[in-house]
Amino acid sequence: MADKVPLLLSLAVAIFALGLLGVVVRRNVLVMLMCMELMLNGVNLSLVTFAHQTGTAVGAVLVFLIFVVAAAEIAIAIPIVLLLVRSKRTLDLDAYTDLKG
Amino acid sequence: MHHLLTLIVLLPLAGFLLNGLAGPRLGKRFVTAVGCGLPILAFLATVQCVLTLNAAGDPLVERVYTWARIGESTFDVAFYFDRLTAVMTLIVTGVGSLIHVYSVGYMKEDKGYARYFAYLNLFLFFMLLLVLGRSLLVLFVGWEGVGLASYLLIGFWFEDAEKARAGKKAFIVNRIGDAGFLVGMFVLYSTLGTLDMDRINAAFMASPMPAVSASLVGILLFIGATGKSAQIPLYVWLPDAMAGPTPVSALIHAATMVTAGVYMIARLSGIYVHAPEASQVIAVVGVLTAFFAATIAIAQTDIKRVLAYSTISQLGFMFVALGVGAYGVAIFHLYTHAFFKACLFLGSGSVIHALSGEQDIRKMGGLAKKIPVTFVTFAVATAAIAGLPPLAGYFSKDEILWFAFASERGGSPLLWGLAAGTALLTAFYMFRLLWLTFFGRSRMTPEVEHHIHESPFSMTSVLVVLAVFSAIGGFFSIPHFLEPLLPMPEAKQELHHLETPLVVVSVVLALLGLAAAAFFFGRDAERANRLRPRFAGLQKLLYDKYYIDELYDRLITRPLYWISDRVFLRIGDRALLDGTLNGLAGLAQRTAGALGRVQTGNLHLYALFVLLGSLACLLLVWRHV
Repeated sequence: MADKVPLLLSLAVAIFALGLLGVVVRRNVLVMLMCMELMLNGVNLSLVTFAHQTGTAVGAVLVFLIFVVAAAEIAIAIPIVLLLVRSKRTLDLDAYTDLKG
Repeated sequence: MHHLLTLIVLLPLAGFLLNGLAGPRLGKRFVTAVGCGLPILAFLATVQCVLTLNAAGDPLVERVYTWARIGESTFDVAFYFDRLTAVMTLIVTGVGSLIHVYSVGYMKEDKGYARYFAYLNLFLFFMLLLVLGRSLLVLFVGWEGVGLASYLLIGFWFEDAEKARAGKKAFIVNRIGDAGFLVGMFVLYSTLGTLDMDRINAAFMASPMPAVSASLVGILLFIGATGKSAQIPLYVWLPDAMAGPTPVSALIHAATMVTAGVYMIARLSGIYVHAPEASQVIAVVGVLTAFFAATIAIAQTDIKRVLAYSTISQLGFMFVALGVGAYGVAIFHLYTHAFFKACLFLGSGSVIHALSGEQDIRKMGGLAKKIPVTFVTFAVATAAIAGLPPLAGYFSKDEILWFAFASERGGSPLLWGLAAGTALLTAFYMFRLLWLTFFGRSRMTPEVEHHIHESPFSMTSVLVVLAVFSAIGGFFSIPHFLEPLLPMPEAKQELHHLETPLVVVSVVLALLGLAAAAFFFGRDAERANRLRPRFAGLQKLLYDKYYIDELYDRLITRPLYWISDRVFLRIGDRALLDGTLNGLAGLAQRTAGALGRVQTGNLHLYALFVLLGSLACLLLVWRHV
């Protein structure tokens, strides 16, 4: 198992990086949200790996916390996206630059 | 009666509070009862105090409370009642009460009736504080307080900008004097450790003398007196102060407040006895003021202004007496002056009242038969101020002249000469006023003439009382009464034989003034009018008061304005203070504007920034850990 730790960590970094790249380059709001979930899950994977490696439960507990936060975040984000779409009939975020403060 | 002195002071204050807070709602009768009743009660309390003083012999002292305690030193509010205080308090409450009663008739129609009486009572409160205070500190509180009341009453009709300005002028000019007074107080306190005036006198009487120059303190305090008592160079506020209601001019600007400086110096005579240089200055300033004010009074045409300059002139006489060490005589003249000058001012008020507000003596004339009571009382007071025997002014002025001539503490023939010349001028301009106002043909418009009426009983009765005192007041020998407190200076031995001739000379001078006025201004001022073209320049110079106001304006007021405007306002305030603040604010605004461009609203850009930032962090951690 121990020899798989670097592999798992690399996977976690890859997932996180993919997610980050997606948030930066994709225009579609929904895709961006999904990419953000991907980033969270990359972090989750690294947490679980570290928890396993150290043999403590702290990492696992943190994972559950992230799950809850992610669920709550999506529960708010999706209605916001719905409202945005209802106003401009598009998912392209560039259409919404006029929302700046 | 343990707290009678406190009661004297507090009664007018109660009047001020009642009238000031509730007066307008409770009606005129209430205002009159409170406004006149409480000063009269204060007068009665004073009489009681005088009786107690006479029985006891020692001064009455009442400690009211401790104002402040700083380390070892305490500042008490205490009242002190000796013979000098007795005379002053009797004048203040007595003449004050009379003028309150007179005001009932004079101010009857005014819509600020309650306010007027509130201010008048406030003035009385502060004046009594000034007179009764044991410590210089309490005196100073009263000193500033009467200034405030004077300001309020000069600007009583504040809708008129001119009158409001006169009030301000009085206040500001007095501030200049007060600065000197304050410094004098500091010097006294820092060397003696007390401000109680009886202790200060005692300290200067004891040997060794305190380690401070008596003349320095004397001059500093005298600067304060020149402001309050309208002496050169700070007299300019008094003529303008005539903008207030006439009873106010009588009470504050003739009988009581302006004599505060005289009282203060007499009270601190212990210092001045040891300050021959300061005394010399006082005598010279006094006699010059007396003379110059008298010359100005000759050419004035406003009835109240003539009286104002005559007040300045008479105050100058009092300072001459102080300067030659005859403190009791100064108080004597203060006392007789309070009666005849109050009578003159109230008489002029009665004239103005009768003529529906006319103050120009060129538009009067022939009033003797139409308002006889006013005329008779005015004539008596005029004779008194001119110094005709046996009226009050004769006695006090004659003693001043004698001591100006022969006192061992600075009397000199020159001083006497100027003072005697002033006495002659006084008789002349006062009788000129009498003639132009009451004799000759009427120069009024028919409109005004039709409305002429004698004043109501509440006013004329006061005039009669004051005229009686102007006539007989000289028989109470105040200097003798004050002798134990304020010893008289010795007269020079070799001049004693001149005493009687000098009395004759001063009477002759008064009569000469009378005769000259009658000669020039009799028969409708024919001769004076014929002479006028020949002396047009002189007449204009005197009429315009030697252009002193204009001189002060050029020398002091305008440079001050200029500095305030150019230096303090434009450079200091606008450029420096506002400039710094506005500059900083502008800098913040411009920076924010530049940085604000980054916020495009493009979410991807923000995410990119986050990405770059995170990468930078990672790089940093990698390089350093």
